[in-house]
Amino acid sequence: MVHEWALAEAIVASAVKASGGRRIKLVKIILGELQNADPQVLEFALEELKRGTPMEEAQVQLEVQPAEFECGVCKSSWRLSDLSIGEGEREAIHFVPELVHAFVRCPSCGSPDFKVVKGRGVWIEGVEVE
Amino acid sequence: MKASRSSEGLDPRLQVIPERLRGVSRIVVVCSGKGGVGKTLIASLSALIAARQGLAVGLLDLDFHGPSCRNVLGAFEAKPVEDRGLVPPVVAGVKLMSLDLFAGDAPLPLRGSDVTDATVELLSVTRWGRLDLLVVDAPPGTGDELLDAVKLLPRLEALVVTTPSKLALAVVARLVALLKDLRIPVLGVLENMSSGGSSSVEEAARAWGVSYLGWLPLDHLVEEALGDPEKLLRTSVARRLEDVLKRVGLIA
Repeated sequence: MVHEWALAEAIVASAVKASGGRRIKLVKIILGELQNADPQVLEFALEELKRGTPMEEAQVQLEVQPAEFECGVCKSSWRLSDLSIGEGEREAIHFVPELVHAFVRCPSCGSPDFKVVKGRGVWIEGVEVE
Repeated sequence: MKASRSSEGLDPRLQVIPERLRGVSRIVVVCSGKGGVGKTLIASLSALIAARQGLAVGLLDLDFHGPSCRNVLGAFEAKPVEDRGLVPPVVAGVKLMSLDLFAGDAPLPLRGSDVTDATVELLSVTRWGRLDLLVVDAPPGTGDELLDAVKLLPRLEALVVTTPSKLALAVVARLVALLKDLRIPVLGVLENMSSGGSSSVEEAARAWGVSYLGWLPLDHLVEEALGDPEKLLRTSVARRLEDVLKRVGLIA
């Protein structure tokens, strides 16, 4: 999945902007399980893209956050692992996580009106600079 | 020991959107007050006409709840290609990006924050490359999609569509007022599905201080031509729209 390169590019640009040009020591990244970004590909892309930037020597911490959903109608909650989603649908959700609303219904009541409570997409939790 | 500073909670996607749109010369959102006034047709047909003129053109469907640019272009097999992001498929010379390229005909119930997330995500992954013109099809009204477009798309200009109906006009007045408050340049108001130029739309445009761009007829041949770009380009609506696009300087 080459989309990780787009995510990595966005992460480096954001972290560098947040650093105000100072050398970055640490970038903590949350990977929402729903988006299904491959941590290894992302790490590789980050290694390549951070060269020559204030992030060059930064340590990168990646943490995958499990995806959780809550039904707006019956209020039941569930996890991504409770669902079976086809390969094509997984790929669409990888690009735009909101597409989960086209493919998933509440396992308890069948409602399409649910929220992604946790683990949606990629997020920078923190940037530490020197 | 050096001082350490931490910034909490950054959305990395926002930083990359201007980069993704760097090669795009002009971005025009086609919008309306009411639904069903022909926005999608005008947005899609404008893109087709500009592409036929040799311009590099993109078409972004932000009408997430009722996407139909794909239907106008007949792009049912088109799929974006992954390459360090998403490269939009080219249909009849137009680069098309829309959520229904992924979701097909499935309903997509999104609440406000989901709409914003989906917009940000699409804009941050789509690699338009160099474009002379990016046409954006917005849903009717002044909701999240339009506000997000205004917030996220640099150098945005608006083309406002209405029918001659008093109801459409009353609502589009609010839209024009909002666009002015948001400091979005309005290329003009285009009267659609008209039986021949209504003085009320022209007068309204004058009262709002925006250009009246003339009228397009309600042409039953358009309905038959939907999904067939070549047929669409041969309709009387396409010929008149081409004149409008020349007049506002979107094509030469």
